[in-house]
Amino acid sequence: MSESGATTRAATTLEGFRVIWVAIKREPWVFTLSTVGSLLFGALTVADAWVLGWSTQHVVLPAFDDGEVGAGMLVAVLALFLGVALLRAVGIVARRLGAGIMQYRMQAHSRRAVTRQYLSLPMEWHQRHPTGELLSNANSDVEAAWGPIAPLPMAVGTVAMMVIAVVQMFVADLVLAVVGLLVFPAVIVANLAYQRLASPLMTRAQELRAEVSEIAHESFDGAMVVKTLGREGEETDRFAAKARELRDVNIRAGRIRAAFDPTLAALPNVGVLVVLAVGVSRVLSGATVAGDVVTVAYLLTIVSFPIRSIGWLLGEFPRSVVGFRRVSRVIEATGEIPYGATPAPAGSRGVRLEVDHLAYSYVPGQRLLDDVEFTVEPGRTVAIVGATASGKSTLTALLARLVDPDRGRILVDGVDLRDLDRGQLAEVGALVPQTAFLFDDDVRGNVTLGAAVSDEQVWAALRAAQADGFVAALPHGLDTKLGERGTSLSGGQRQRISLARALVRRPRLLVLDDATSAVDPEVEARILAALREGQEGVDAGATLVVVAYRKATIALADEVVHLQDGRVVDRGTHAELLARSASYARLVNAYEHGEHPPTDPGERDPEGDDLMAGEVSR
Amino acid sequence: MTTLADPGTVMDSGDDIAALDTIRRGIAVSPELTEGIRGTLALAVVASLGQVIVPIVVQQTLDRGLNGPGGPDVSFTVLMGVGAAVAIAVTSLASYFMTSRLFTTSERGLATLRIKAFRHVHDLPLLTQNTERRGALVSRVTSDVDQVSQFLVFGGLFFIISAGQVLIATIVMVVYSWQLAIVVWVAFAPLFLSLRYFQRKLSAAYGVVRRQMGAMLAAVSEPVVGAAVVRSYAVEDRTQARIDDAIEQFKSASTTAQKYTVVSFSLGGISAGLANAGVIIIGVWLGTHHGSWASDISAGTVLAFAFLVTLFVGPVQMGTQILTDAQNAIAGWRRVIGILETPADLVDPGADGEVLPRGPIDVRFDHVSFSYPGGPPVLHDIDLGIDSGRRVAVVGETGSGKSTVAKLLTRLMDPTHGAVLLDGVDVRRIAQASLRRSVVLVPQEGFLFDDTIAANVRYGRLDATDDEIRASAAELGLGDWLATLPAGLETRVGQRGESLSAGERQLVALLRAHLADPDLLVLDEATSAVDPQLEMRIGRALERLMTGRTSVTIAHRMSTAESADEVVVVDRGRVVQRGPHAELVAQTDSVYAGLHASWVAQQGT
Ligand SMILES: Nc1ncnc2c1ncn2[C@@H]1O[C@H](COP(=O)(O)OP(=O)(O)OP(=O)(O)O)[C@@H](O)[C@H]1O
Ligand SMILES: Nc1ncnc2c1ncn2[C@@H]1O[C@H](COP(=O)(O)OP(=O)(O)OP(=O)(O)O)[C@@H](O)[C@H]1O
Ligand SMILES: [Mg+2]
Ligand SMILES: [Mg+2]
Repeated sequence: MSESGATTRAATTLEGFRVIWVAIKREPWVFTLSTVGSLLFGALTVADAWVLGWSTQHVVLPAFDDGEVGAGMLVAVLALFLGVALLRAVGIVARRLGAGIMQYRMQAHSRRAVTRQYLSLPMEWHQRHPTGELLSNANSDVEAAWGPIAPLPMAVGTVAMMVIAVVQMFVADLVLAVVGLLVFPAVIVANLAYQRLASPLMTRAQELRAEVSEIAHESFDGAMVVKTLGREGEETDRFAAKARELRDVNIRAGRIRAAFDPTLAALPNVGVLVVLAVGVSRVLSGATVAGDVVTVAYLLTIVSFPIRSIGWLLGEFPRSVVGFRRVSRVIEATGEIPYGATPAPAGSRGVRLEVDHLAYSYVPGQRLLDDVEFTVEPGRTVAIVGATASGKSTLTALLARLVDPDRGRILVDGVDLRDLDRGQLAEVGALVPQTAFLFDDDVRGNVTLGAAVSDEQVWAALRAAQADGFVAALPHGLDTKLGERGTSLSGGQRQRISLARALVRRPRLLVLDDATSAVDPEVEARILAALREGQEGVDAGATLVVVAYRKATIALADEVVHLQDGRVVDRGTHAELLARSASYARLVNAYEHGEHPPTDPGERDPEGDDLMAGEVSR
Repeated sequence: MTTLADPGTVMDSGDDIAALDTIRRGIAVSPELTEGIRGTLALAVVASLGQVIVPIVVQQTLDRGLNGPGGPDVSFTVLMGVGAAVAIAVTSLASYFMTSRLFTTSERGLATLRIKAFRHVHDLPLLTQNTERRGALVSRVTSDVDQVSQFLVFGGLFFIISAGQVLIATIVMVVYSWQLAIVVWVAFAPLFLSLRYFQRKLSAAYGVVRRQMGAMLAAVSEPVVGAAVVRSYAVEDRTQARIDDAIEQFKSASTTAQKYTVVSFSLGGISAGLANAGVIIIGVWLGTHHGSWASDISAGTVLAFAFLVTLFVGPVQMGTQILTDAQNAIAGWRRVIGILETPADLVDPGADGEVLPRGPIDVRFDHVSFSYPGGPPVLHDIDLGIDSGRRVAVVGETGSGKSTVAKLLTRLMDPTHGAVLLDGVDVRRIAQASLRRSVVLVPQEGFLFDDTIAANVRYGRLDATDDEIRASAAELGLGDWLATLPAGLETRVGQRGESLSAGERQLVALLRAHLADPDLLVLDEATSAVDPQLEMRIGRALERLMTGRTSVTIAHRMSTAESADEVVVVDRGRVVQRGPHAELVAQTDSVYAGLHASWVAQQGT
């Protein structure tokens, strides 16, 4: 697996700089601003010391000597100190605000890129990536990736300070400077050790963050099941196990950080002591003068500040690299659905739908749909009938191009779905899925999904879906918010909103996947009447593909496609199939058999139903 | 029927908690945070002192040892050098131990916080859970908790230390010259006074940041879960626009908060400038005007003071920095505590609760009315008794209140008026554990966990073996189905069970409930997506398996009603008919007769 290989590779410092470089290239101006701010801050810190010296020299000492002081001088002191302080404040603002803005912008860039992928990657990809993990990618990983931006300007700004100090050291005494500069390799070694030790832990921590998020999302999503079975304790244990693992990894990573920071702080001081030791012997041997040793040592203490601030930067690297990799993995994921350039075929009535030798498998080698073939003439209705798990929903997913077939094609008015331009299929067809999915939006938004549709049209669609009555009774009518997944509606109400969503588009191909299962018989009868006869808001001319079990629905179809184990076993009108196919008759007449069991009325042994063996697909 | 007013409001009760209060409550929730705090504090003092002492020792070594007036003093230099080395070692070690201890206690405390908050989400009533979007709930146990960690490690303790340093610097300053000490404090007064203002602003600003983070995750999670709808309706652009909006809002909220942080922080620098200038000007003025009360001020005092000011400024700036960063952490902390403070109002009587005896349960609805929060009544005065061991079908139009009845019966919600009694005991007095053991609901919207079929079924009874699961599947007439699955019980069901067909998902949920072996089984359209043939087979199996139990089945398919002992017809929140199928269907013009007629019409041809 190349994926896991990419994450287990140790994060290198170089890679950390590369991540930074990405940010600098993306936001050069903000970066420049904050770096200039940082330099200004550094310069004015030096200036502050200079002002103090100047004041001492020109104001304090003369004043106490003479017992006299000019008001002008005092004003100058005030002006100098305040001026420097104000300018320094400007530097701070530029540095920190700049760093903040840069960081938030980079986060936003990454989040946009990541979520764009979420919306364009195929359904197969989504099935492999739990929602909680995707949330973690968009949140914690992005945050980790751009973590080093905060200390970045400071680190860059202090590099100047460091360069000046190092040059001065060489000017003072070559040998001592070399000795002093041994601090740098030491810093590098410390950093390498830190990266090596910390990066596997950070990798694991980010993985665990994703897992914690996964469990939380799944568990909250299934809260109702958890509650009804009283499994709160077990769910908590499951979550706690990961949370504790994350805790332990974080503690281990923390310990390493706890060792790294003081090491970096101590190294320059140790360097000073070494310089001192070498310096003393050199002074005694007359190779150098004491003043130079002091200068070099002093410069080395100055260097400790940049080293510390670069340390803060480097300290963020392992987490950043890991986060960046995780984010990149999403951004670089391929498999985006390719679109053609053909526009939707024009026309106002139903489309001609051809399903041509279709084959599809979810699991390679386990063919689910095989050689499925049928044609629906414009404006006609076909019913897909088959046992549970026979592949009906899969077929509808192919019709809506949620997945692409392994073999064969689907044509609308002669155009292969794969040749249609992005968004064009939705112009022609609408799928009402088996499980209604509502957004946390109001009724109008859920029906229109942002399409420019008048309220009258929305009402007409709701009427056709038999949803106008209860929507009108909602406290704010079309403006009523429905809650996430439409929690404030009953199951049947949700289904009808989902149906209205399809109808409002006046699709030329309408695919209903058992879309009225939660609707009571009376309401269903009215919906069917509306679809069959057409009415305000619904065209009777649409080509209709319905997955159904109820005979009334099936009887509405011009043709029935009987699906068994992913194959079309028979096609014809309902009456024809009833007459010639025993398995078909058993499937759709089951309710009548239920009333008058075919065997001994007292017989309730399921094994007695041997005539049904093998009916369930696969 | 109602909208849930402004999602999130219920759990945002924590938003008003003051900062110190948040910390106090946070520590109460995670007592680990203060474990060994004395030792850590001692280490922190050593480490901070070391940070001051080491440079001084080094300085002294250079100035007095090497650069001394009489040439290098080797023995002094060596002595001081060794001293400095020891100081560095001690400081580093202290710093290491302090930071690791801080990491340990804060991570332990945060894990506890996370786990408690997670648990509490599950303890919240169903309706409260539904007031917040899943993504936002997730953010409370992930990102919000993460915010606190930085502050706990690099904040809390150092604030105390900074405060201590400010105090010490003040004392030293007063000893040198109380007049100039006043000058310094006056220079910093605007900063200290404005701090409150900024803290308030920051607190509000970071509160917005955390809320926006929740909103952003919710905006991301929703279309991810509904990816199929987004895809099939080609509404990617609109969806992305909404997500982008949430991302943008988060960004601008963060930037606003950062602005306050930066301004508040930079004020410290200006105060320092003022203090320096003030010390020199006033020092010179006092020193040269030889007033009787300022005669002790010399040039030396003024210069020493200029140095003391830096000792004062450092910790003040550090403290301001910590305070501003703290607001971010506290805003996150508050949101997590907000969950814990949201009442779990379906109170479990726990040990005092009654325990239902095993065996079929009889059910009574005693004048039960119910309205969803802020909505009109959905059930009106339902008075209904179901004898133990009966198989009852509940039918009615969509939206008539059937699922609401089921949720009250299984105590996912409590009635607004009246009471639900099981075996004569008010459900509110039954211990949750006993209730969940005896009463199982298969909800209308089945949910499976991303695991194997076996694991999902076992959710009903944790100690069930694979053989028991198979046996129970065979009892339900699902043996054939299991046998046809290539991986059998080990088949992965995918997220929310989406790698199974809708019918298969219901089979797993049913199997799970059956394995739980309840005394009262409530099925809310549990087989609505299963094909008729299989449904009838399951129905017959259930009939047999339900002997010795009570069952309540909600179904739109009238075949269920036909075979039930008794039918309860719900219409607009009232029970309008009840009795055996044959009796009800004979009542012409009744609701039931109407429903049944449409059903028969559908079955025609
Ligand atoms: N969480 C909720 N908040 C507010 N109103 C709700 C909520 N859940 C249901 N309702 C409303 O209560 C009424 C009864 O809903 P319920 O789910 O009990 O109906 P039902 O009889 O089960 O319908 P269906 O057959 O469609 O499942 C409906 O009008 C519904 O809109
Ligand atoms: N994402 C997936 N990954 C793997 N297998 C899948 C996936 N989706 C469906 N399947 C399998 O494909 C088969 C057909 O599923 P499909 O949903 O098409 O059935 P269906 O005919 O619609 O059934 P139902 O009547 O229950 O809705 C099932 O056995 C199911 O387990
Ligand atoms: Mg299906
Ligand atoms: Mg319902």
